Amino acid sequence: MSGTVADIPAASFPPARSTRAATRFLRHRLAVAGVVVVVLLIAACAIGPMLSPYGPLTIDLRRRFQAPLAGPHWLGSDQLGRDLLVRLLMAGRISLTVGFVAMGISTAVGVLVGLLAGFYRGWIGTALMRLVDAVLCFPSIFLLLTLAALVSPSLATITLIIALTAWMEVARVVQGQVIALRERDFAVAAEAIGASDGYIMLRELLPNIMAPIIVAATLNVARAILAESYISYLGYGIQPPTASWGNMLNNAQEYLESAPWLALLPGAVITLAVTSFNFIGDGLRDALDPRGDRSA
Amino acid sequence: MTRFVLHRIGQSLLLLLLVSMIGFALLHLAPGGPLAQFALTPGMSQEAMQRIAHQMGLDQPLPAQYWQWLRRLLVGDWGRSYRDSQPVLWVIGSHLGATLELMASSTLLAMILGTGVGVLGAIRRYSLADYAAMVGAMVALSIPTFWFGLVMIYVFSVRLAWLPAGNIATAGDGSLLDYARHLIQPCVVLALVTVATWSRYMRASMLEVINQDYVRTARAKGLRQLQVLVHHSLRNALLPMITVAGVQLPILLSGALVTETVFTWPGMGRLFLDSLGYRDYPVVMGLLIFSAILVLAGNLIADLLYVVADPRIRLT
Repeated sequence: MSGTVADIPAASFPPARSTRAATRFLRHRLAVAGVVVVVLLIAACAIGPMLSPYGPLTIDLRRRFQAPLAGPHWLGSDQLGRDLLVRLLMAGRISLTVGFVAMGISTAVGVLVGLLAGFYRGWIGTALMRLVDAVLCFPSIFLLLTLAALVSPSLATITLIIALTAWMEVARVVQGQVIALRERDFAVAAEAIGASDGYIMLRELLPNIMAPIIVAATLNVARAILAESYISYLGYGIQPPTASWGNMLNNAQEYLESAPWLALLPGAVITLAVTSFNFIGDGLRDALDPRGDRSA
Repeated sequence: MTRFVLHRIGQSLLLLLLVSMIGFALLHLAPGGPLAQFALTPGMSQEAMQRIAHQMGLDQPLPAQYWQWLRRLLVGDWGRSYRDSQPVLWVIGSHLGATLELMASSTLLAMILGTGVGVLGAIRRYSLADYAAMVGAMVALSIPTFWFGLVMIYVFSVRLAWLPAGNIATAGDGSLLDYARHLIQPCVVLALVTVATWSRYMRASMLEVINQDYVRTARAKGLRQLQVLVHHSLRNALLPMITVAGVQLPILLSGALVTETVFTWPGMGRLFLDSLGYRDYPVVMGLLIFSAILVLAGNLIADLLYVVADPRIRLT
């Protein structure tokens, strides 16, 4: 599904510009590598577990703590003799799903808040943006963990919590763009011919700010995967026996001496996935917004 | 200038109010609300619960409750811990030192490293080292902090056995060296993200300054490269970093929580997780609001410092 990431903006640009954007993206080698890695990861997580003789919960106490490449389990086995590779792939399904769904929700909320705050600049806009500032005052992990402790942990609630702590930056980006664009001729013209507020926001302004939204959304996938790994590692996220990349590391610290691969491999996969999404986001920023802010 | 300071302080107070409202809302979302601790007491009758609820003012409308809660918050009465009945502020205070030591040392490390890497990247733009630093920074931003901590422990504590795997000091050994040995790993782990961010901003800031007229003038006067670099470029390029340091504060606090957990460092972050495990909501909420206030104050100070440090900014 991510193989088409580079093509998404095509819909919002005339062909010539989108071709140029695609060319620029393809020149960003690390971003292309990121797309390849993400596609491979998704394919492996989707298909891999079906090809393996082991199930993610198949316990085999005779083969506990098998080291990687030292027996039938390719990437080794854990304290219950479960196959680490299959568990990594099954966990990938969960973690990537959380990442994409949380991105979708947080982007939608962020865009909505940003549009409203930028369009209605009076007290509504001020109140919304102050709310954004206030939520950003809370260090994200503190907020995530508090919320996670208050609800019963499930895939849906964890995803929602992660989304609810990640919409603020999108809102800021969108608000800034809307303020800049709504005084431009095309928006003023739409207003003059009597278009409704909703029409101007969704049909005139939104298509023109898709580029920064797509970039922010891509980076949000990376952040959501990281956030899931943090709260699951700390025991408040996805609960066992369902495996996620984060909760696989949950008690890996105990076995750091005897079975280090249990800690090293899941973390390496998280890093790989998150790095890929970050590079894709970086490449998209260069491709979609060549004169944009590249300071960080 | 005075107007800006007053305006900025007023803005922070308004934010503080919003932050407290969010905190209050979360407090009431907690299972059982503020009454949770009494519900667990055996032999507690329904009438007794209602009496306590009345005494605590929980039968009053929410705005009135909020107002009372806020007043207590402002005079430093943050409630008591369920666990040991100590005042929440005192509990937080007793863990603050360890966290601040960790944050300060890792920020210092990150600033030195980050400034070096950023400046190097700017003056040797698009060189191999610059590319390596940029890719490295991106990877550093993508590594889960706790996993980096585990890898460090695996390499330096398990494999090489050079450094202790956790805690702030060896019991019975009060020496500074012992403390330093315990500090190294958490400090480096916490610094990772900050180094990455700092070097990226530093590079951008330096690039902006290097192309300014006065830098060219300084070169044209025949000053030595190093002198131009340090006295003309670096000094000015460091100015926007004051803001970056302020903005980084929430990320640093989040990182501290995770790092302290991995290395059993007895700071605020560990306290937060322990309290969460015990469902000690007064301490959890106290820490949540305290950290937000810390961030608010940090941003305010950074903004004010920036105006003081940069005389070119004339505010009306």
